[in-house]
Order: sequence, then structure tokens, then C-alpha cells
Amino acid sequence: MGQAFCFGDDIDTDQIIPAQHITSADPTALADHCMEGADPTFADCVTPGDVLVAGSNFGCGSSREHAPLAILGTGVDAVIAESFARIFFRNAINIGLPVLTVSDATDRMTAGDDVEVHIEDYIVENRTTDDQMEINNYPDFVNEIIEAGGLIEYGKTLSQSNTR
Amino acid sequence: MPTIAESILSKQLGAPVEPGMIEKFPVDFAFGHDMTLPAAIKEFNELGVGSVFDPDAIAVIPDHLIPPHNEHAAELYSTCEAFAEEHGTIFYPQGRQGQEHVVIPEDGLVKPGDVVVGADSHTCTEGALGAFAVGVGSTDLAFAMAFGWLWLRVPETTRVNFTGKIGEWTEPKDLVLALLANIGADGAVGHALEFGGETVRALDMDGRLTLSNMAIEAGGATGIVEPDAVTEQYANERVDEDFKLHTPKHPTYEQKIKIDCENLEPQIAIPESPANVVPISDTRVSDIEIDQAVIGSCTNSRKRDLQITAAILEDHSVATGVRLIVTPGSQRLERRAIREGWTETFLKAGATMENPGCGACFGMRTGVLDENEVAISTTNRNFPGRMGDPTSAVYLASPAVAAASAVTGRITHPREVI
Repeated sequence: MGQAFCFGDDIDTDQIIPAQHITSADPTALADHCMEGADPTFADCVTPGDVLVAGSNFGCGSSREHAPLAILGTGVDAVIAESFARIFFRNAINIGLPVLTVSDATDRMTAGDDVEVHIEDYIVENRTTDDQMEINNYPDFVNEIIEAGGLIEYGKTLSQSNTR
Repeated sequence: MPTIAESILSKQLGAPVEPGMIEKFPVDFAFGHDMTLPAAIKEFNELGVGSVFDPDAIAVIPDHLIPPHNEHAAELYSTCEAFAEEHGTIFYPQGRQGQEHVVIPEDGLVKPGDVVVGADSHTCTEGALGAFAVGVGSTDLAFAMAFGWLWLRVPETTRVNFTGKIGEWTEPKDLVLALLANIGADGAVGHALEFGGETVRALDMDGRLTLSNMAIEAGGATGIVEPDAVTEQYANERVDEDFKLHTPKHPTYEQKIKIDCENLEPQIAIPESPANVVPISDTRVSDIEIDQAVIGSCTNSRKRDLQITAAILEDHSVATGVRLIVTPGSQRLERRAIREGWTETFLKAGATMENPGCGACFGMRTGVLDENEVAISTTNRNFPGRMGDPTSAVYLASPAVAAASAVTGRITHPREVI
């Protein structure tokens, strides 16, 4: 259960983590400046369990993994957007950040709404408006990557079981 | 019916695929450069697999910061070198270096029908060979190098047909800039762009590589040129292995675009988006004075690019107050430029020749722009501060336009100079 933070369309990776703050790949350090280019107050206000809601083409721009790492570092439950830029989407899955597509997300969630993500049921619940939204059902092994804590952790299980 | 991307991915999976499906696809070739590979190496080591899945299918290509210009760049290079040596991968050391998207096709490392991943957003370039080539992050590259497969989403396909015979001064760069003007920077997000039509069939491989290179600037996952006899000949001359041209009949496209090239003028991308494109006759670009002209990068540093640059610079000098930088894409091209006399022409005109690599494209090593300076460049991005100071401006154009502009000192149609 957490609070919704809402953003618009075309939020690019420089808005998610401005380039001057990329001096580390530590999610906690990056989180201090998360979303600074779009909302300088976000990093101070967000708490673990909150959700980030955005419009279309979220994460466009660079292939740098610092952008999803910064969001991961804030402890949000998920990013819910109307659509994601391709490389951002991949990078988020790979580092274990849930990225969920809801086609009319910004119409159905408003800043401050009490939103809960039920990933296992593919549902996002807006408790403020008593609204339930279906999210895309990932293939099983993409869920395995997320549940493992990212692609590297997932890969470790493969290498340990010698299933390369 | 499947598109080219779907046909390649179906072959790779051994089962029919449809757009939107996410599956585990074997990777034929993976590569990284000196800015993305070191991060991938760190993660690769965490995986604990010991060795890469196939040393012959992995290339380490330092090209962004080579030769290293500071200690950080030197450390990145050393990390790449040590990894290549430890794992026996393909390696392009300093002294044999080249821009990755130039040397990979040139040396036959990728063939038609391959699934290719590179830790660089312009990996879409290799789609010119009729391959499925996509850019990925460092974590993806680490995983692909370890296991030889990667999870990929089957993209929808946007088909682009280029029609009409292009004029004397219209270049492949102008075709892709015209496409970007048409569909915008988000016109094909996550899609495979599939390029075909009579205009594309008439292009050599150098021109096709330029076309595919900028697919990412429309959000495309890859830019696949419909393979034909030109593709087959190019691959036959460079690749020892068997390959298949994927040319499915009656494909189903998500989106279809037609670009008429019959009377297409040279195109210019105005800062600060590669899709902010106008014809050269537009008053917004016709009187723009320049401080620097750049000919090079993974977009335009190949034979046809150097050749046309030499043709325009012949018997001309770079305008006073203008710096011209020419960067061949590979050592092979650098030697060819010497052999053909192009180097002599460049130097006589007053150009600075750079060693093969990425050159001035991204403002981190050479050709950095000062406050409010203006460049015309054959590179692929004109984002704010891309080539130096945030107040500087980069206009994107073909090598012919960049060379002509270097001669006059302002953005110039090549016919004015010849």
C-alpha cells in the first residue's frame, strides 16, 4: 500500500536521473536525486511502498542503467505507465524493478491516491477510487527474473545448477 | 504472415513467433565498447560462469575513448583488453581499432539472418545486413556473453518504402532524416523498422548501414533492410559460413510509411532532435554559420562517405575560422583513404584527420564545442550539449552537405561548391 506520484508523457532518462549525479551505480545514492529533472521534491517525499505513475514512452533516451537503478533505490513498489521506452523496460526488468503497463494509467490514478500493486494477481488497486486495473501478464520466466531480484541473480541460479 | 524480424526470430526460436511475445532467443553475436563493456564485465564476473559462451561470437571493440585521453579512459581500455585476453574473444586493440558498427559489417562478423545484441544504442546499424540487431544495456550484455541467449520481446514491424530515384546530391542520410521528419522521435518505439522499396534496392551497403543506423532515433529496436542481391554479395565477400536471406512474402505490418525520394532535397536536422528535420532550402538553416564540421561516426564514416567528401573538397579549402574533422570508420578505410589520395585532399583543404573510432560524435574526447559554437555533423544525435557546451548547437546532415559547408563556412548545398 502506498501513495501515487504522477508524471506525464516522454519522461526521459535525464529527467529520471540527471547526468551530473551519475557518479555511482549505487541505487541508494542515485535515489537521492531520482526524478529530479521532472519533480525536484520527489526524492524527499517518496517512501518505500509508494508507486510511480506516468504517461507514454516512460524512460526514453539513454541506455544507461542508472535510471531504473535510481527508481529501484527509492523502494517504490512499481512504475506504472501507459507505455515504456524499449531499452528502459528491459533494463528495469533486468535489475528487478517491476514496470507495469496500464493503458489509461494517468486517467485512473491521481497524485496522492492510495494505490496497491498485486503483482501476483496482475492487478493494480486504486483504493481511493475503489478501482481495479489489470496489468500485463508477463511470461513466467520474466516473473522469475523479477522474483530472483534481477537478471544477474537469475543467471546465478542457472550457473549454480549448471544449466548454461 | 511474418515480417523479416518475425521470420528471423522464428528461425532462432524454432517455433513461430508473434509481436508482443517474450521468449529466450539464442544470440549469434554480442559485443560491447570501452564505455559499456567494463560495467558488463563486472556483472559477468558475478554470474560465476567462468567463461564466455563462445569466444568467437563475442567482440570487444574499444572505439569511444581511443586512444585514451585521461586515466579513466585508460582504465576502461585496460579492463577491455584484460577481458578479451582472458576469454579469447575477438578484440580490436589500439593500432587496429575501428568504430564498432563499421568494423563488424566490414569484417563479416555478422551475417544475414543473425540475432545480434550490442551494448550500444546504435546496434540497429547491423540490421542493414538483413539481421535482427538490437541495442541493450550492460546487464543484458553480461548475461548474453555468459549464457548465449537473451530474453527478447518480438517487436511489431513498421515498414518503410522509399520510392523514386534520388538526385545527384541526395544521400542515404537524407533518406533517413526524411523518415524521421515524417514519423518523429517516437514514431516507431519498440518496433522493428523494415526498410525497402526501389530507392533502398539501389543503395550500396554503405548507404544501407547509414539508413539502419538512425532507426533508434525514431525509437526503433532495429532497422532491417530487406535483403537482396546486394546483401548476398556483400556477405559472400566477407562471411565464410552459410547464411539465409529472410525475405518473407506478404508480411503483416503494424504500420506502413511511404517516403517519396524523387525530388528530395538534402535534409538538415535542427537542434535539439534528430527528428527536427527541414530541407536545406528552408530559411531556418540556409544562413547558419558554422564553427566546426564533422565527417565520421557510425552513421557516416565509410567508403562512400569519405569518397564524396574528397570529391567536394578537391581544389577547395576549409573556410577561415572553420575546423573540419574527418574520422575514418576503420583502419582499413584509413589506409584506403591514403591509397585513393583522399587523405591528401583532406589535408590539403585544411582538415584535421582523426584516428579511426567514434571521433567527435559525443563530446567527450575530441572536437568539443565551446559556448554557443555551431557544428554541422554527419553524426546521429544533436541533443543539447551532445558535442560539448550545453549552449552549443549541432546540425545533422550528409557528408556532402557537411563538406560543402566546411568550404563556405555556412550550411551549404553541395552544388554551390562543385
